Amino acid sequence: MTLSVSDVKRIADLAYIEISDNEAKEALGQLSGIFDLIETMQAVDTSTVEPMSHAQNVLQRLRDDEVTETDQHELYQSIAPQVEADLYLVPQVIE
Amino acid sequence: MQWEIVIGLEVHAQLSTQSKIFSGASTAYGAPPNTQACVIDLALPGVLPVLNKGAVERAIRFGLSVGAKINSPSIFARKNYFYPDLPKGYQISQYELPVVQGGSIQIQMDGADKNIRLTRAHLEEDAGKSLHEDFHGMSGIDLNRAGTPLLEIVSEPDMRSSAEAVAYAKTLHALVRWIGICDGNMQEGSFRCDANVSVRPRGTEKLGTRCEIKNLNSFRFLEKAIDYEARRQIEILEDGGAIRQETRLYDASKDETRTMRTKEDANDYRYFPDPDLLPLEIPASWIDQVRSALPELPQVRRDRYMSEFALSAYDASVLTSSRETADYFESTIRQLPAQEKLCANWIMGEISGQLNKEGLEISACPITPSQLATLLKRISDGTISGKAAKTVFESMWNGELEKNVDAIIAAKGLKQISDDSAIEKLVDQVLAANAQQVTDYRNGKEKAFNSLVGQIMKATHGKANPAQVNVILKKKLEG
Amino acid sequence: MFNASLKQLSTQLAEKKFSSTELTTQFLQRIKQLNPEYNAFITVNEEMSLAQAKAADKMIAAGQAGPLTGIPIAQKDIFCAKGWLTTCGSRMLSNFISPYDAGVIERFNQAGAINIGKTNMDEFAMGSSNETSYYGMVKNPWDIAAVPGGSSGGAACAVAARLAPAATGTDTGGSIRQPAALCGISGIKPTYGLVSRYGMIAFASSLDQGGPMAKSAEDLALLLNVMTGFDPRDSTSLQRDAENYSQDLQKPLAGLRIGLPKEYFAEGMSQDVANAIEKTLIEYRKLGAQTVEVSLPNAPLSIPVYYVLAPAEASSNLSRFDGVRYGYRASSYSDLADMYRKTRAQGFGAEVKRRILIGTYVLSHGYYDAYYIKAQKLRRLIAQDFIAAYKQCDIIMGPTAPTVAFNLGEKSGDPIQMYLSDIYTSAANLTGMPAMSIPIGFGDKNRPIGLHIMGNYFKEAQMLNIAHQYQLVTDWHLKSPV
Repeated sequence: MTLSVSDVKRIADLAYIEISDNEAKEALGQLSGIFDLIETMQAVDTSTVEPMSHAQNVLQRLRDDEVTETDQHELYQSIAPQVEADLYLVPQVIE
Repeated sequence: MQWEIVIGLEVHAQLSTQSKIFSGASTAYGAPPNTQACVIDLALPGVLPVLNKGAVERAIRFGLSVGAKINSPSIFARKNYFYPDLPKGYQISQYELPVVQGGSIQIQMDGADKNIRLTRAHLEEDAGKSLHEDFHGMSGIDLNRAGTPLLEIVSEPDMRSSAEAVAYAKTLHALVRWIGICDGNMQEGSFRCDANVSVRPRGTEKLGTRCEIKNLNSFRFLEKAIDYEARRQIEILEDGGAIRQETRLYDASKDETRTMRTKEDANDYRYFPDPDLLPLEIPASWIDQVRSALPELPQVRRDRYMSEFALSAYDASVLTSSRETADYFESTIRQLPAQEKLCANWIMGEISGQLNKEGLEISACPITPSQLATLLKRISDGTISGKAAKTVFESMWNGELEKNVDAIIAAKGLKQISDDSAIEKLVDQVLAANAQQVTDYRNGKEKAFNSLVGQIMKATHGKANPAQVNVILKKKLEG
Repeated sequence: MFNASLKQLSTQLAEKKFSSTELTTQFLQRIKQLNPEYNAFITVNEEMSLAQAKAADKMIAAGQAGPLTGIPIAQKDIFCAKGWLTTCGSRMLSNFISPYDAGVIERFNQAGAINIGKTNMDEFAMGSSNETSYYGMVKNPWDIAAVPGGSSGGAACAVAARLAPAATGTDTGGSIRQPAALCGISGIKPTYGLVSRYGMIAFASSLDQGGPMAKSAEDLALLLNVMTGFDPRDSTSLQRDAENYSQDLQKPLAGLRIGLPKEYFAEGMSQDVANAIEKTLIEYRKLGAQTVEVSLPNAPLSIPVYYVLAPAEASSNLSRFDGVRYGYRASSYSDLADMYRKTRAQGFGAEVKRRILIGTYVLSHGYYDAYYIKAQKLRRLIAQDFIAAYKQCDIIMGPTAPTVAFNLGEKSGDPIQMYLSDIYTSAANLTGMPAMSIPIGFGDKNRPIGLHIMGNYFKEAQMLNIAHQYQLVTDWHLKSPV
């Protein structure tokens, strides 16, 4: 597998992380090495193996449909970057 | 060229739980901003989701009511994208194994039934809201809605006109309310439609390139958006162009759709199973329990009204348009057996007209089924005429005389003259006074009969039982 | 006082040799004196710690004390603690005062333990040397030129340097065990699902597990008794009967079958580590154990599998850090997307960004099956290897890390070399099985060496017994650098 600088920039874009051309070039070298390591997985035949998503073979537990939370927006918004009229402010959202 | 429109709908129904799908915060609509967003809804570092049993139960209810398969296990997956109203940067949804798979919904088009197949219905969480009022060039985010449970119901591309799409959406809307899983309030966004629209030359199989139209929050917009979009696509194709797969937004003020994002800049959502949530297993015993608690479904009731009460398909459909209407009808006929058609006419006529006029739901109808039954009984036993009944109805609606039917009839002197000998006496008097018209009638002037009936009714201030008047008059004239 | 075991401290508190307030004050003073050199703590809050100590003294006076009442515990800065700055070692959370308590913090609070401070760590627990912290590197108290290991490097340093009697850590690929080994202390990662993850800032949800770090196995058992238990707020928390992890400590080891995976003893282990392991196995044979060779054929793939799954989950878990509701927000930006991109570019350090990129890539369209699903399938094969091995042995032993602590800066430019530090430890996270590290001596440059003890699901009590029996006949765990 060969990664390119444009791949790195595309991934960074998907991950919403600003990356300069130089950073992308530097990252490319490191990521290529890491993916070489990752590629060693392909040596094992896993065609008959079920994927394992969880460490335990346990099923989802369900919560009763009850309101247990109270309004604490003042506490929660005390740590927000920018709040006005009890709303979290962000640069204009354009749809 | 003849074009065929192909439509599939994706409907997001907010489930009527008390608390959110993954947190214990309230889902009540209309609270002040961010007062119903707890640490989980805000996606604070370290918080985790735990699934609401009520949301799962409602999904099962829906699956059973459309004859779908309930998947067990089903899997929750993360749909990754960034948006300020999506606090975690991913939406917990279902991807590969949705809770509900398949099923179908029957719609009525021009008196015929049509089956619309469902692909799936899956559980997911709603996002918050971005408020675009200008806060010095910024937007405000309210996360009260974030985490509200949604059932996304996806249809197959089985609809061929905007009318069919609207019929499907309305049937689905009625169904989710009928089975009590969603309040269906479209103004509040409890029931939202996205439409996938494509066109193809009539008679061909291959589906055309589709566009998805987002967030159609009324049946009217749904219809207009599909019509506009189909026209747009047909024009492009007829001009030799090609349709670009994209997501479009319907602008109601201009009655047009416009590009929101193209396939090229569409998100790569990077779905993967949510490691914070385990496989959801739904035991057969739970499914059985939900099934036994399910109300008789609208389709079943409609068919029963047609076979058992000989109502027309139209009447049966209208009466089963909501569970409240159907229940109202059934409680009325329980007290007035064998008068189903009369009940149907009154509920679809006077009651629904009056409710519409005052903007009321049938659950808020000032006249109870038993009061209506009493009124209709007085028509069927000949105490009052149908016309007089309307006067009584109006008085009852306005709450006069404690809505007591007989008291109103007495007070207004609306009782019919149904005594044969009294009517005969009246007929004799009128015939004697109108010899010319009697002669005219006997000479074949049919119109004279109506004039004589009019005279008799006038003489009794409309109180004579018209059916009896007809029979007796005819007997006398021809006898 | 600084070298005392938890049991000794508890007894002395009960006997009024000193109060919790005095004990807490002593540790706070020691932190004040030594932390500038080690940088083990990100946050110390004397006022809050002493308020807890005062409350603990009341509990003790009222005869309501439990085994940890009044004892200071250093909390890894990954656990949200109400009113405390909780940074996760990141600029992204450099202003985050948590409005709520993690499940683990609640349990310690209920037990009357004192939060003595929040320990330094690799940013978002991503690292094996504590060099990725926004708050600067932590020094290994045995040799300040060396790394303390990571990601729970601050915790390991704090316990080793006796800045705290015990600490909490979290372990996603070795983050409790590797720094415990490199700092010469004991640490255990319990079976996945025993310790609540609620309020423990997620790195890789299906691998993360909290656990205690302390001087001895005996202390670890007391800490586990408090830390473990069902938490309804964590869907992956296990509902099972409470266990007393101290009860089996005294059991003799006669007949114990120790499995030695041939894959772990093949290559890559440095000579000093190999020698220490050999000496330790001799000690265990003296205690009545026997050794058997076992095979874990897929275990060598743990690192590639881990470096697909952990970054994939992390890339999604870290999407919530967007500068909208809390935490760092870039100071200047042109629009919404730019605000996100700059906030995340500035708020995250290089290693975190690197892992987000790896994770985003392996989940992206067209690569999901080749990487993510492939890794999950190998994860199952690795788990099956261990299950098979535990039919031939009771416990598996090997080195915790391939070498003693490396020098600060030695591997920070080479991510792959850094990742290989977890070569022996990450399998236990993939399987969800418990694993621990205990000190067994010193190697090159007189730096500590750790023994890795791995067990089958829920074998913590037996593993602690095995560790404790060794610590009864050796004194490596009593050695202190200061």
